[in-house]
Amino acid sequence: MKLTVWTYEGPPHVGAMRVATGMKGLHYVLHAPQGDTYADLLFTMIERRDHRPPVTYTTFQARDLGADTADLFKTACLDAYDRFQPEAIIVGASCTAELIQDDPGGMSETLGLPVPVIPLELPSYQRKENFGADETFFQICRHLARPVEKTARITCNLIGPTALGFRHRDDITELTGLLLEMGIEVNVVAPMTARPSDIARLGAAHFNVLMYPETGESACRWMERELGLPFTKTVPIGVGATRDFVAEVAALTGVAATLDDTRLRLPWYSASVDSTYLTGKRVFLFGDGTHVAAAARIARDEMGFEVVGMGCYNREQARLIRSLAKDYGVEALITDDYLEVERRIEDLAPEMILGTQMERHIGKRLGIPCAVISAPVHVQDFPARYSPQMGIEGANVIFDTWVHPLVMGLEEHLLHMFRADFEFHDDAGASHHGGKATELADTETGGPAPQTPRRFNGKMKEDRAASSVEVVWLPAAEKELKKIPFFVRGKARRNTEVFAAERGVEEISVDTLYEAKAHYAR
Amino acid sequence: MTGHFPPPPARGCSDTPVLKERGQHEVFCGLTGIIWLHRKMQDAFFLVVGSRTCAHLLQSAAGVMIFAEPRFATAILEETDLAGMADAQEELDRVVTQLLERRPDIRQLFLVGSCPSEVIKLDLGRAAERMSAQFAPRVRVLNYSGSGIETTFTQGEDACLAAMVPVLPDTDSRELLLVGALPDVVEQQALDLLEAMGIGPVRVLPAQSVEDDYGIGPNTVFALTQPFLSDTHAALTRRGARHIAAPFPFGEEGTTAWLSAVAAEFDVPQDLFESVTAAPRARARKAVSQASEGLRDRSVFFFPDSQLEIPLARFLTRECGMAAVEVGVPFLHRAIMSPDLDLLAEGPTLAEGQDVDKQLARCRAARPDLTVCGLGLANPLEAEGMATKWAIELVFTPVHFYEQAGDLAGLFSRPLRRRGLLKLEAAE
Repeated sequence: MKLTVWTYEGPPHVGAMRVATGMKGLHYVLHAPQGDTYADLLFTMIERRDHRPPVTYTTFQARDLGADTADLFKTACLDAYDRFQPEAIIVGASCTAELIQDDPGGMSETLGLPVPVIPLELPSYQRKENFGADETFFQICRHLARPVEKTARITCNLIGPTALGFRHRDDITELTGLLLEMGIEVNVVAPMTARPSDIARLGAAHFNVLMYPETGESACRWMERELGLPFTKTVPIGVGATRDFVAEVAALTGVAATLDDTRLRLPWYSASVDSTYLTGKRVFLFGDGTHVAAAARIARDEMGFEVVGMGCYNREQARLIRSLAKDYGVEALITDDYLEVERRIEDLAPEMILGTQMERHIGKRLGIPCAVISAPVHVQDFPARYSPQMGIEGANVIFDTWVHPLVMGLEEHLLHMFRADFEFHDDAGASHHGGKATELADTETGGPAPQTPRRFNGKMKEDRAASSVEVVWLPAAEKELKKIPFFVRGKARRNTEVFAAERGVEEISVDTLYEAKAHYAR
Repeated sequence: MTGHFPPPPARGCSDTPVLKERGQHEVFCGLTGIIWLHRKMQDAFFLVVGSRTCAHLLQSAAGVMIFAEPRFATAILEETDLAGMADAQEELDRVVTQLLERRPDIRQLFLVGSCPSEVIKLDLGRAAERMSAQFAPRVRVLNYSGSGIETTFTQGEDACLAAMVPVLPDTDSRELLLVGALPDVVEQQALDLLEAMGIGPVRVLPAQSVEDDYGIGPNTVFALTQPFLSDTHAALTRRGARHIAAPFPFGEEGTTAWLSAVAAEFDVPQDLFESVTAAPRARARKAVSQASEGLRDRSVFFFPDSQLEIPLARFLTRECGMAAVEVGVPFLHRAIMSPDLDLLAEGPTLAEGQDVDKQLARCRAARPDLTVCGLGLANPLEAEGMATKWAIELVFTPVHFYEQAGDLAGLFSRPLRRRGLLKLEAAE
C-alpha cells in the first residue's frame, strides 16, 4: 500500500477514456462499479466538452456481484451498440472489475457484434493513465490498421494527441500548418479527431509525426514495424527543437527544410535588453518526460536560465530524463510523490518552477513563481484562445507564459520595496488625487524593515532572531545609505543589518555597508 | 402556518408509484462525502483503502482543496497487496502508523472501504478494532464503506455517521440531537433558533471534535437535517432514540415545518414559536420572492444525485411556483421522506435508481426549462440548448434554514437569468 493524496496520473482506464473521447465513432464499454462515471466530468468540465464521453459503464453494485455482473456487461455492450452504432468498440475493466475477473474481452467476443470489438488489458494495480492511453491506441491500431497503398503526395500522420491532453488541440493546428509549409499534407491525426475508419488508412502516409511519446510511441513503433512508417524522434517544442524537427522531416522525406519564421518572436524577445534580468534565473522543471525535456532545452538555450533540477512523474520516460539530467549536470527526480517534489524544490530553492498544476501550488506555498508546462492541468489550462506549445507560435506562447510570472514577481518585489518609501507607503494617498505625501513615522528610526523578495520569507524569522542584537548605524554609514536609490534602500538596510547581526557587529560603518553589499552580490 | 403557501395538496406523492430503473448510473460514489465531512470534523482523518481510481476521484471532486493539507488520503492497493491477505493487514498497520506519526493532531481515524477493498474482502472492521486498541486512548479508529457498489454520493455521510453511533456512550438524559453535517453558519442559525425557543440541550452529529462526545439513550430525540441519513436513522433507533419526523428545512415553509415539529416535541408555546420565527420568516419570504423571479411556471427535471431532490422539488414547486416534471432520486427512504412527499403535489414522475440513457431520452422529450444534474451531464445538455443547474453545488453551499432560503432559490434562478442575458448570436 502506498499513502497518497495527490496523484499525477489517473488509473489506466482513464487513459483509455482519453483515447475514446478524442476519437469519433468509437465506443468504450467499461466494466466498472457505480461511481466510476466521475471521470466523465474531467472531459465535460476541465476540457469543457459539449458531449458526453463515448463511454458506457456497467455500473455494477454490491447486489450484482456474482454471476450477474457478466450478464450486466453483455447487456451494456449490446445496448451501447444499438444506441450509438459505433464503427468499433473497445472493452475493458476498471480496477474493481479487474478483481472480479469477468473477462470483458472473452464475453464481448461471444456477442457476435457486427463491428470490431477490441479488448483492452490494462493492469490497474501496476500501470497508470499514460500507459492506458498508449496501450489503448496501440491496440486500436493493431486491430484496425492495415497495409494500404501510399498516397501519391508526401503525407504524414500526427500521432499521440488525445482528449485531456495539455494543448493538444492547438498543437495539431500549429503542426499541420508547419508541415503544409513544407508541402506535406496530414493524412490522419490520431487518436484525437480520428474515426476507426481513419485508423484503417494510417498506412497510406509516408511517415508518422510522433507528437507525444507518452501516448503514441507504442503505436508508432508498431506501425514502423508492420506498415513501414518511420516516425520522428524530435518533439517540436521550442525554437531549436522546431528547427531540428524540420530538418528531421526533410531528411526523412527528401523535401526542402522550409520554415517560415516571420512570425517567430521568441529569439528577439529573448535577446532584447529587457530580458537581461532573466540571465541565470535558477529554474526547476517537473512534469511529463516529453514536456520537461523540451522545456529544459528552451530554458537553458533560448531563455538563458540555469536549470537547477529536473524530473518527471511518468516512469516510462525515466531513462530520457536521467540521461538529460546528466547532460545538464543535475540530479534527476523520478517520482510520482508530490511531497518528494516539494522537498526537492525546497532544497534547491529555485527562482522559478516550470511544472504541473501541482507544482503551481507548491510554488504558491513557497512563494516561488511558476508556469505550467505539462499535464495534469486544471480548467484554466484549456484556454479559449489559441495557445499551442509546438512550433513557431508555440515558442511565442512559451516565452510569454514563462516570463509572465517573473515579471509579476519583479513587480511585486518592487511594490514591497516601495512600501516603506515616503511617497509610496500605505498612508501616503495617491498623488494624482492631490493627496499629500506624509512622512512615514518610523522610516528612519529603525522600524520594521521593508519587505524583501519573497524568496527570503522562509528565512525571515531566523534572521529576525539573529538580529536581536542592537545594531546601530554610525552617522557616516547612515548618510551613505541615503545615497542609495530609494527603491533598493530598504533592501540594503535590511541586508546590512542582518549581515552585521550575524557577525556580532554592533556598529554599522560605511565599510560594513559595503562589505554587506559585496556579500550579497551575485 | 402555511398561510403563505398553497394549502397542502389533497393528494401528495406518497402513493405515487415509483419508476424503478437499473442500468448505467451517472452518480458519484460515497467516497465523495469525505470532502465535506473532513471539513466538519476537525480532528478526524479519512483514510480510503482503495485503488488509484479512488485517489483520482477524490482529487477530481476536491478540486483545489487538495492542496490545503486536507485530512484525507488514499492507501493505494498495489499488486503485492492483492496477492496475500495477511500481508494487507500488516501493510495497513504500517500505513496507519506512518500517518498518525505525521499527523499527531488526529483523534479519530476513519478507515473508509472502497470497491476494491470490498471485493477482495479486506476486513477493515477488524483492522479498526485492532487499531483502536493499539492507539487508545489518543485515537479512535472507525470503519465504514464509501464504495460505489454500496453507496451513492451522500450515502457516504450516512455510512460514516452510522458508524459513529454505536461508539457513543449511553445516557438517560433528554436531549435533542441534530443529525447531518451542515455548514457552520447554518448549524449556528439552527442552534440559535432552537435556543430562543428554550429547547436544549442540543447536540450535533457529527460533532466538531471527538471531545464533544455526548450520550445516546431512550430519552434522546433526533431530527434529521439531511434526507440521506437512513442508516444513521436506523442506528439511532437501535440505541433507543426517537426520530422527529418533519419535512426538511429548505425554504421558509420547510424550515418552519421542521422547527414546528421539533417545537411540538418540546412543548414550545405557540406564541413563543411565532415570536421567534416571525422576523426570519418574513426575511426568508422576501428573499425567496426576489430570488425566485423567473422561476414561476417554469418546469424542472431532477436527475438522481444526492437524495435532496424530493425536498428541493417541494421547495421549488410550492415556494417558487415551478412545475416538476420528473424527480429522480438515487434511493428513496419512505419513512424519512413521507412528510416531504405529502407536500409535493401529485404530477411529477418519481424515479428511483437510474438508466441514464433512458432518463436522458425522457428529459429531452420533456424539454424542461431547468434540468438539475451532475457535472458529467450539465455541459452536454447545455450544448443541446437546455438550461442546467449542477447538483453538487447544492451539497456544498449553505442552503438550509431561513437565512439561506433566498440563496437557495437564487441557485436555480441564476442559470435561467444567465440564458436571458447572453446574446451571443448575431443581431438580425
